[in-house]
Amino acid sequence: MKTELAIKEAQLNSRIEDDFITGADVLIEALVNQDVDTVFGYPGGAVLPIYDALHKSDASFNHILCRHEQGLIHAAEGYARTTGKAGVVIATSGPGATNLITGITDAMMDSLPVVCFTGQVSSAVIGTDAFQEADVIGLTTPITKYNYQVSDIKDLPRIVREAFHIATTGRPGPVVVDIPKNIAQEVVTETFDTDFHLPGYQPTVNPNPLQIKRVMNALKTAKKPVILAGAGVQFAQGSEELKEFAEKHKVPVTTTLLGLGTFPGTHEQSLGMAGMHGSYAANMAIYESDFLINIGARFDDRLTGAIKHFAPEAKVAHIDIDPAEIGKNIETHIPVVGDAKEALKRMLNSPVECDDHSEWYQAVMENKADSSFWYERSDDLISPQWLIEQIYEETNGEAIVTTDVGQHQMWTAQFYKLDQPNRFVTSGGLGTMGFGLPAALGAQLGDRDATVVAIVGDGGFQMTMQEMQTLKHYNLSVKVVIVNNEALGMVRQWQEEFYEERYSESLLDQNPDFVKLAEAFGAEAFQVKSENKVRETLKSAFEHDGPALIDARIVKLDLVFPMVAPGKGNHEMIGVKPCGE
Amino acid sequence: MRRIITATVQNSSGVLNRVTGLLSRRGFNIESITVGETEIEGISKITFVVDVEEAQKVEQLTKQLHKQIDVLKVNDITDTNKVARELCLIKVVATPQSRSEINGIVEPFRARILDISKDSLIVEVTGKPDKIEAIIDLLTPYGIKELSRTGITAFTRGKQQKQVSDYQTLIV
Ligand SMILES: Cc1ncc(C[n+]2csc(CCOP(=O)(O)OP(=O)(O)O)c2C)c(N)n1
Ligand SMILES: [Mg+2]
Repeated sequence: MKTELAIKEAQLNSRIEDDFITGADVLIEALVNQDVDTVFGYPGGAVLPIYDALHKSDASFNHILCRHEQGLIHAAEGYARTTGKAGVVIATSGPGATNLITGITDAMMDSLPVVCFTGQVSSAVIGTDAFQEADVIGLTTPITKYNYQVSDIKDLPRIVREAFHIATTGRPGPVVVDIPKNIAQEVVTETFDTDFHLPGYQPTVNPNPLQIKRVMNALKTAKKPVILAGAGVQFAQGSEELKEFAEKHKVPVTTTLLGLGTFPGTHEQSLGMAGMHGSYAANMAIYESDFLINIGARFDDRLTGAIKHFAPEAKVAHIDIDPAEIGKNIETHIPVVGDAKEALKRMLNSPVECDDHSEWYQAVMENKADSSFWYERSDDLISPQWLIEQIYEETNGEAIVTTDVGQHQMWTAQFYKLDQPNRFVTSGGLGTMGFGLPAALGAQLGDRDATVVAIVGDGGFQMTMQEMQTLKHYNLSVKVVIVNNEALGMVRQWQEEFYEERYSESLLDQNPDFVKLAEAFGAEAFQVKSENKVRETLKSAFEHDGPALIDARIVKLDLVFPMVAPGKGNHEMIGVKPCGE
Repeated sequence: MRRIITATVQNSSGVLNRVTGLLSRRGFNIESITVGETEIEGISKITFVVDVEEAQKVEQLTKQLHKQIDVLKVNDITDTNKVARELCLIKVVATPQSRSEINGIVEPFRARILDISKDSLIVEVTGKPDKIEAIIDLLTPYGIKELSRTGITAFTRGKQQKQVSDYQTLIV
C-alpha cells in the first residue's frame, strides 16, 4: 500500500512539474486508481471542468452518455448488480443530481454499490439559491449509505477512496460525492496523502463461531428445516457454498426475488421464489418449518406477508452482514452477523450431522410437484408465461435478464429459472418502473459478450425508453422484449381483484407504435402477435448484432398467480394450481 | 419507556442532521437531544432521550445509529449507574413581595437567580430531570413567563464509585 502510494505520488509530482493540474484531474486520476472501467455520465455547467479534464485525459475508462440521468443511475445499478463492482455516475448540479434521486433510492433499497459524483455550484454561492443549486447532501442523506461534499481539494483523493470502499464493502450501497465547481477548477500544486480514515465503519465479516455452532445445533435437531437465500449470498459470492451446504444436509431452499439465481433455479431442492407471487411450495415450507435459516435476506414485507403468520412455528436463524436487519421485522432466535460466504464456509466445516428430516423433505417436494407455477395457455394469443419460457429456451437459461416492474417482472421471476447468480437484475425494494432498459444497458457494458435481455412492460418502457438511443450509440446488443398488455397490468390486476374491476387510469390503449419508435432509435424491431411466430421472432432478434426490440402482444387480461393478497398470511395463497392438472 | 442513549460521533459536517434525520425517518420520537465536543478533538457526544415502547425498538434504534458511518459508539445507558444532568432557565413572575418566597424555593434546589427585573426574575437550575420538574412545579403558581431546558447530557459513573442516596441524587 505504502509503495503504491509512493509511486502514485511520484507520478503526480512529475505531472505537476510538467503542467498544472486541477481538482478535476485529481478526480479522474482517483477514478483510474480505483480501476474504474466504465463511467455513466451526463455533462452540465457545474461539471464542465470535469468534462474538460476528461476530454484532455487519456483515462482508461469508457464514458457512457445516457439520455437521461435516471438512465445513468439505473445503468450503473445494472452494471453493479452483474459485475459486483461499483457503478460510477457523474451528473451535473441541480436537475442533474435530482434526476438521480430515484435510482439512488433504488440502489439503497437493493444494496447496490454505486458511487455518484455530482457537480455543485461554487462554494462561495452555496446556500444562495444559485443557478442550478440543489441541496444534494440534504436530499441524499436518507437515501445513501454515505455522502460527502468536498470542501477542500486536499480531501478529494481520500474521499474517492473512502466512497468506493464504503459502497462496495459490508452491505453495499450508494455513495454520493458532491463536488463544488471551484474545487474541480482549483489548480493543484502539491500532492496529498490519500490514506483513508473510517474509524466508525468496520463491517463484521467473520461471524462469531458460537453463533455458527448454535445454528448447526438447531439444524441438527430440526424436523422441518428450510433455507431462505437473499441477495446477500450474491454480494458475498457464496452461491457455491450455499449449494454445497444445502445438498450436504438435504435442506429445501427458497429465495427472495433478489436472491433468484443464488441457488440454481432448476435444482431439485429449489422451491423458487417465496412471497407475494412466490411458489406455494416455498411459502408453505416457510409456514410449516420449525427451523428457518435466512441467509442474506431482509424479510421484506412482500416476502413475509402478514408477519403474524410468517413462519409461526419456526426457530429463526438470520445471517446478515448488516446487524440492523436482524430482528428488524421478524423475531430472530439465532442472530449471526457476518458475511454470508464466511458463515456458510464455517457451517460447512461443522461436524454436525442432521437428524433425519427426510419425511419433511419428501412432503415439501410433493408440494413442489403438485403446485408448480402454472398458467392457462391460450390457443393462439401469446400467454406471457409461455413467452418467458420461450425466451428461457432461446437463451438456454443463461442470459442476463433484467426486468421492469409489474406483472411481466413476476412472470419472469417465476418462469425464467436462473441457475447462476448475478444474472437477474430487477428493482426489488423500491419497485421502480423505468429500471429495466437502462439496467440492461449497464449489464451489457459490464459484460459485452453476455446475452442481455430486458423484459419490460409497455408502461415502464415508456418511462426510460430514450435509452434505446444509448444502446444504438454504443452498439450494445441488448434485446428488449415488451410484454405488451396495453395496460399498467399490475395496477389493473389489483383493480380487478380488489377494486371491483374499476380500471382507473390503468389501461394503455394509447401506446405508441413501438416498432416505429425502436426503428427511429436505429434498433431492429419486431412485433409478434401469435404464438407460432414467437420463436422465429426471438431468433431474428437474438441473431441481430445490435439492439433489437420485440413488441410482444400478449393476452391482455392475464393475471399473476398465485398470490398472497395484501394483509394475508403466506399460507393463504390464492390462484394456486388447480388440483389434478 | 424513556431511554437515554449516548452516541460518540465523528464531528463531520452534518452529523447531527444525519442522526436526527435517521431517528425521525424511522419513526422514533426524540424528547431531547444535546450535543457537544468531548475531550478528544474532532469527536463529539450526542445524548438523546427517546420514548420507545418495546425493547425490540430500542435495539433497532441503537443498531441503526451504530450503522451510521460517523458514529463510533452507541450506548443505551438508561439502566446503568449514571450521572444525568440537565440545565433549565426559568423566567418567573416576581413582585417585590414574592421575591423572598421564590428565593426560599431556589435555595434548597441549589438553583441560582441570574437576573432580577421589576416584575420577574430568571432562575438557573441544573440537575436530574425530576429535580427540574420539581422546581418548575413549585414555581408555576407564581407564573412562569418563559422556560427553556437543554435536555439531558449523561455519563456512566466510574466503576469504583459508590451509589449515592436518593436524596443526594435529587438535590446535588
Ligand atoms: C415509477 C413508478 N410509478 C408507478 C408505479 C406503480 N406501478 C407498479 S406496477 C405498475 C404497472 C406497470 O405497467 P407495465 O410497465 O405495463 O407492466 P405490466 O404490469 O403491465 O407487466 C405501476 C404503475 C411504480 N412501480 N413505479
Ligand atoms: Mg403492461
